Amino acid sequence: MTYKLQFGELLPYMGVLFEGLLFTVVLTLISTVAGVGLGIGGAAARTFGPPWAGRVFVIYVELIRNTPFIVQLFFIYFGLPALGLKLSESQAAFLAMTINLGAYSTEIIRAGVEAVPKGHIEAGVSLAMTKWEVFAHIILKQALQKIWPALSSQIIIVMLGSSVVSQISAEDLTYAANFVQSRNFRAFEAYFAVALAYLGLAIVMRAMLRGIGRLMFPGH
Amino acid sequence: MSDFTFWVIFSNLLLALRWTIALSLVAFVCGGAVGLLMLFARVSKIGWLEALTRGYIEFFQGTPLLMQLFLLFFGLALFGLEVSPWLAATLALTLWTSAFISEIWRGCVESISRGQWEASSSLAMTYIEQMRYVILPQALRIAVAPTVGFSVQVVKGTALASVIGFVELTKAGTMLNNATFRPFLVYSLVALMYFALCFPLSFFAKKLEGRLNAAR
Repeated sequence: MTYKLQFGELLPYMGVLFEGLLFTVVLTLISTVAGVGLGIGGAAARTFGPPWAGRVFVIYVELIRNTPFIVQLFFIYFGLPALGLKLSESQAAFLAMTINLGAYSTEIIRAGVEAVPKGHIEAGVSLAMTKWEVFAHIILKQALQKIWPALSSQIIIVMLGSSVVSQISAEDLTYAANFVQSRNFRAFEAYFAVALAYLGLAIVMRAMLRGIGRLMFPGH
Repeated sequence: MSDFTFWVIFSNLLLALRWTIALSLVAFVCGGAVGLLMLFARVSKIGWLEALTRGYIEFFQGTPLLMQLFLLFFGLALFGLEVSPWLAATLALTLWTSAFISEIWRGCVESISRGQWEASSSLAMTYIEQMRYVILPQALRIAVAPTVGFSVQVVKGTALASVIGFVELTKAGTMLNNATFRPFLVYSLVALMYFALCFPLSFFAKKLEGRLNAAR
């Protein structure tokens, strides 16, 4: 007997799926802003900060980049309460996403900072700007412009990786899919529809990030 | 209650690490093989074949690996196919790896200058001969560093197999945590083991990258 696909069975659960989608979008949005902010700070520390701060960020970046996101999430959600830091599943999800993207964007933005010609830094210093003024007014924008495509694809990778937060019961899109298939037993339909939703989200985000890049760095 | 010494936890995790390594190797080798086929199709200049591979790559790069695992594990069972966690995990990781790796390799192939294609086609070489004798040997040199770099993503990707019940390092960590109630210790060890596996790979990839840049 062959199985007949019944996508109609998903219709009563559109509300649940939409709420999940909303959570995934908000989670991605907030952790992108926080993560890129952390990345800018990390890149500044690694290139202009004191040596000890640079070293702290090297260790942070390597630890995060060389361990799976799901383990980081479990460590934060299950491991940290043992140290007295108890987080709700949403808080843990936001924190883990931010820490994860922070590490990758530190590395990406640092590469951009190092690609800025030395003359620009010297020119800034000769205008009596401090190190941090040079970083904020001269280097940062050029650096971000250079690495914007790489940063954009990392943000999308992190968005896709966010599906893992369903494993600590944060109610994202994947959690919604699990919920739906546990109710109507249409596993393939639920996961397929949600996979397509992620695909759509990835395509929309890519277009939006490209648009933001054009707005922030006109002429390129 | 405290029957679980540090050593018991550590050795059990180490035993589970073997499965992470096995899954990574299988996924990487099979993914590389499928990825090579995808690469041939992607740069073949046959319209429909290119479009098909582009769709394939878009799907596997644009959806979460976790979703792909669920689709294979729960979805295929509905069509009467018996899918074990090992099979679903290998299959999903293979497809996912192939999509990423063929894109990496396509970048390498496209960085080979057009003259090489033109020269070899003027020697009446077929597409396969061009790839085999002219393009791939040159592209291979550029491809080594990013390929090694991507292997880190494969190792990290295997952690998701824990979600469908395949007992590798992460799943073993979860099980040990449930038995010992020492999440901080268990997940620290799990993270350190992944780090021990991945860091040499990323370090090596970076080194290779540096050497390649110096050679230019």
